[in-house]
Amino acid sequence: MGTLTIALMDPPYETETTTTALRIVDSALRKGHSVNVFAYEGAVNLTMAEQAPHANPVKGTSVEEEAHPTTKDWIAALFRSAQGRLSWVNCGLCVDERGAGKWIEGPVRGSPKEFAEWVKSSDATLVIPTN
Amino acid sequence: MKVLSIVETAYRATVEEQDDTILWLNHMLKNNGLDVGILLRGSAGNYAVKGQDASGLSFGDLEMSHPPQIDEDLRALMAKGAPVYYVREDVAERGIQEANLVEGVQPISRRDLPSLFEEYRLVWHW
Repeated sequence: MGTLTIALMDPPYETETTTTALRIVDSALRKGHSVNVFAYEGAVNLTMAEQAPHANPVKGTSVEEEAHPTTKDWIAALFRSAQGRLSWVNCGLCVDERGAGKWIEGPVRGSPKEFAEWVKSSDATLVIPTN
Repeated sequence: MKVLSIVETAYRATVEEQDDTILWLNHMLKNNGLDVGILLRGSAGNYAVKGQDASGLSFGDLEMSHPPQIDEDLRALMAKGAPVYYVREDVAERGIQEANLVEGVQPISRRDLPSLFEEYRLVWHW
């Protein structure tokens, strides 16, 4: 089995690239690979613990009926299925400038140093920037 | 490990960040052992123009005291041994005179990009 490193930059609810990236992570984990994620800039908001689902006043649905997805729930699910094969570093300086320090269990604070080490030890590295 | 970072998205949050986040990240990666190179393409070719001045921003009584100095950041990267390339046609299409670019940046034509990519183990398009 291999190791894939991915750098993400997009914040939640901006583009579909984050959803695509998380699908890649999910697929790699399902195939038995290990995955490292370096969350840079706005991507540190993906795992914020206080994200909350909401109702939909257009449809008239409640919070429960809407079952609105949050990225932190998706990522928490990835951690549950990974069984130790998912590592996630939130860029510490990016966290500080956004006040985004409260996140779910799983991610850790880090820096480009960890990203550099992962790049050197991984079979492949994919960067998914924001535009 | 040799990594070529292609920077195309220009001036994304450079005022707020006081730098370009991808150039900054690559500087950090260089400091941590990756052999990085930079390719400026598209509008990011303007990063190599000398003497850019982004100073003067203020909101009420709050003045921004450290504006981005992208040209100086490129000089610092090159001083660390990271080559900086720009796509000659992209710069020309924007009316930028090559004489106005930071010393040391290297032109490369679009048709020669595959050869440049061959020199690197990883190519990242930011």
